[in-house]
Amino acid sequence: MALLEVSNLGIAFGGLQAVAQFDLTIEKGHLYGLIGPNGAGKTTVFNMLTGMYRPTEGNIVLDGKDITGKSPELINKAGIARTFQNIRLFNEMTVLDNVKVGMHNQVPYGMWTGILRLPAYWEKEHEMDRQAHKLLKIFDLDGEAELKASQLPYGKQRKLEIARALATNPKLLLLDEPAAGMNPNETAELMQTVRQVRDQFGIAVLLIEHDMNFVMGICEEITVLDYGRVIARGDGKAIRNNPKVIAAYLGGD
Amino acid sequence: MAFSRLKTMRKTTRSNIVTFGIVILFYLVVQLLSAGGLLSNSFEGQLIPICAYVVMAVSLNLTVGFLGELSLGHAGFMSVGAFAGVLVWTVAGKSLPVFAALPLAFLAGGVAAGLFGVIVGVPVLRLSGDYLAIVTLAFGEIIKNIINACYLGYDSTGLHFSLQDQSSMGLDPDGTVLINGAMGITRIQRVSNFTIGILLVLATVAVVLNLIRSRTGRAITAIRDNEIAAQSAGINLTRYKLTAFVVSAVFAGLAGVLYGLNFSSLTASRFDYNTSIQILVFVVLGGMGSVRGSIIAAALLTVLPEMLRGLNDYRMLIYAIVLIAMMIFNQSPQIAAWRKRLVEKVRTGLGKSKKTKEVA
Repeated sequence: MALLEVSNLGIAFGGLQAVAQFDLTIEKGHLYGLIGPNGAGKTTVFNMLTGMYRPTEGNIVLDGKDITGKSPELINKAGIARTFQNIRLFNEMTVLDNVKVGMHNQVPYGMWTGILRLPAYWEKEHEMDRQAHKLLKIFDLDGEAELKASQLPYGKQRKLEIARALATNPKLLLLDEPAAGMNPNETAELMQTVRQVRDQFGIAVLLIEHDMNFVMGICEEITVLDYGRVIARGDGKAIRNNPKVIAAYLGGD
Repeated sequence: MAFSRLKTMRKTTRSNIVTFGIVILFYLVVQLLSAGGLLSNSFEGQLIPICAYVVMAVSLNLTVGFLGELSLGHAGFMSVGAFAGVLVWTVAGKSLPVFAALPLAFLAGGVAAGLFGVIVGVPVLRLSGDYLAIVTLAFGEIIKNIINACYLGYDSTGLHFSLQDQSSMGLDPDGTVLINGAMGITRIQRVSNFTIGILLVLATVAVVLNLIRSRTGRAITAIRDNEIAAQSAGINLTRYKLTAFVVSAVFAGLAGVLYGLNFSSLTASRFDYNTSIQILVFVVLGGMGSVRGSIIAAALLTVLPEMLRGLNDYRMLIYAIVLIAMMIFNQSPQIAAWRKRLVEKVRTGLGKSKKTKEVA
């Protein structure tokens, strides 16, 4: 059974049908791309998958469970984590604490355990620190663990967002333009990291990206969206030669 | 890596020790001066209000500084706590010994304020920003007006209550009036003292500091920094907003009990809009999200008007200048940088002298 099955998903804002008849099947441990011209509805799809928007039609089934229209919190608990197109970090908190917020439901303990500093507090905090440092190391951020998130350079902020998403122990990771604003070296490095994350954690990744080298380089299946509808699907080569895709990107009819 | 973690652990512990140290030092100095008869009467009279306002400021900081929501009704919770606590004290104090009745009074005050925290918090925390401020402001005023109109008494037949006037309670002639409308509670047996006040301050500071540096506190500050990201990281917004708000209300209630038991009469008009704003001023000037700042600002700004009493007309002028000076000292980036340099200088200076000592 597929990890994620999306069928006939659609959303209308007033009279505007932003996304319609969107289908997607994601298998465990694979890398998927979602591309399309600006305003095609890519982020809207992400927002529906993560519960930010309530779809007006269709179903989202994760691991056999229907999560359509659930709250972002519950969807995260069910196993979908995401990053944002415009970075959303906890700016006044340290890099380490940002990741530890991600572990909120992974290493739980009660409020009183924290207030009274019971033995479980020290145990769980230590466990969190250990895991968080391990995650930060993957993203080469362990040296900056005690800096405020806002003090990190842009590229590292993007990485920290991915680290925080991974800390929630997802089955499916959604990356919204992870390479935006990165130089070619950083992009190449990020490709490596995304692959490594997939291999190490065995999770599926769905990403939106405008950098075609990035998408073609790592995605096994690419879905192309235009005006809220899927116009093509396939591997990099098939997509590159698809006349509909070329028309959508270059204009024409 | 392990080393850096150890160092930062120590840094926060060190910072906490300094915070507790300031409170304890203040206590010891006051006790010494008091024993030596060096404290003026007016200052001694300020000691318990200082403690109450410090608790108020630290607890409000949880809502304003750490949760990031503006609450203008904090005095309302203080009022609820004060009336609940004092009522329990006047009733239980007659039959129970002090060491049993007093904790009972504090418990009642804390629970009552916490309860109101839940009642107000559940609908209000769906709002944010200005709307939340307006609703909490209204809550504070509503509480004040309700208590002002409250008549409560008891006699051999039981409790009597009215919202009109004293006679409509239908109390027997030998009955006792507990709350007498706008006159509030009178003839309270005063029991608060400075030691109880400082203990409450220490307890509040310990709970708030520990809470913030725990899983719950991280969730609260995460919500402040970015609600959408916090939600997507699996944090239940309502639950943690409510937690912060209610904990904050409970301590305001405890502060109210301490405050109420310090005077022989208690009226609801003491806890009005001005009190809420005053406490907010403490929090903002002390630095939002800084527990130590709240403590210092609350203590200083409570004492100051009393100390300046001799200056008559110039009192409020100097008070205003101090407010501005504190604001600049705490918030201006240039001053912050200067303070950082100063601390560094002192620290390296100390390091050097230590080294030279070792050599010698």
